[in-house]
Amino acid sequence: MGTENGNRWSDQRVEQMIGGLLAFGLALAASVVLIGAAIYLMRHGGEKPDYRVFRGEPADLRTIPGILGDACQLSGRGIIQLGLLLLLATPVARVVLSIFAFAVQRDALYVVVTLVVLTLLLYSIVGAYL
Amino acid sequence: MNVAELVALVWLGSIAAGLVGALSGLGGGIVVIPMLTLLFGVDIRYAAGAALISVIATSSGAASAYVREGYSNLRVGMFLEMATTVGAIAGATLAAYLPGSTIAVIFGFVLLASAAFSGHAGHEPSGDEPADPIAGRLRLDASYPTQAGPQAYRVQGVPAGFAMMLVAGTLSGLLGIGSGALKVLALDWAMRLPFKVSTTTSNFMIGVTAAASAGVYLNRGYIDPGLAMPVMLGVLVGSLAGARLLTRLEATALRRVFVLVIVVLGIEMIFEGLSGRI
Repeated sequence: MGTENGNRWSDQRVEQMIGGLLAFGLALAASVVLIGAAIYLMRHGGEKPDYRVFRGEPADLRTIPGILGDACQLSGRGIIQLGLLLLLATPVARVVLSIFAFAVQRDALYVVVTLVVLTLLLYSIVGAYL
Repeated sequence: MNVAELVALVWLGSIAAGLVGALSGLGGGIVVIPMLTLLFGVDIRYAAGAALISVIATSSGAASAYVREGYSNLRVGMFLEMATTVGAIAGATLAAYLPGSTIAVIFGFVLLASAAFSGHAGHEPSGDEPADPIAGRLRLDASYPTQAGPQAYRVQGVPAGFAMMLVAGTLSGLLGIGSGALKVLALDWAMRLPFKVSTTTSNFMIGVTAAASAGVYLNRGYIDPGLAMPVMLGVLVGSLAGARLLTRLEATALRRVFVLVIVVLGIEMIFEGLSGRI
């Protein structure tokens, strides 16, 4: 439970850290997406889009290694996708931070609960390669 | 229409969707999907992928602002996220096996149900609720700040809330939405949390649930950077502006107008889905 005031890992303090983490993650993700958008629009702004028929993204924009590879080659779509991955990582980071918070509070039950949530999250993101 | 024009129009449309989502209290993701499918003719799978990204952005944006105020209940949120993430993965996997038109019809009905519950006022705890043995064992009871100082509350109906969260997660994964309306209903109506705690805890959960669905969507190729980019940036701007507007105007009349917009969109989605045009 919430410990005495002044504790570095009190519920209140954890919530402040989580708030800062979310704001930072969101700002970082949005900046990367904006950079990617600029490159994408400069190179492909004049092309014809087609979203009426679902084809699915090419394989390199579906996996973390593929997205990193595309982003390193400064592909606009790759950089946008990297920004979206960073956005996806903010709730994951929030869950990780909660594990630490519950561990320091010696709340074993909620360490386990949070680990289950983290496992499910990671499974959904990397499960396709398993 | 070329790529640059489409990006600009989708961005403007997403700002509007974010505004309507914030002012109606239903969230931008649920408005952006009918906008993309009905107005721009986008395939519902791409629309769901882009909407899901915007849901994560809005959740993090809103949460970073109020998480410091001490309203949300971290234990309740984390416990129920076991249900929403399982549901999200199941729903997102199921989405691959259903035709787009079926998803559109389900989406339409979820829109109508969300609109019906959006006027739901929520309750405040009296402070003398009975202790619930399950909530006690899970240490879910807590207190929240009020003008008269911290007010303690007791959490009820944990199994019912957990079951509703499974459904909320499944719908989130199946349709690409945050399922905020159903989450608030579970927390407020089934588990008897104070309304302010319900809305903030639900927002906290939306981000994690949407991330679980988005992982599956990414692997299946539903998330297109060219579409998700203007949607994410637009909905974020629109919903943050909408949230600011909400605090300034007591917008009950305005809210009704927006809920009406959502009802029309819901009927349109059902109609288009049934006629096989989506």
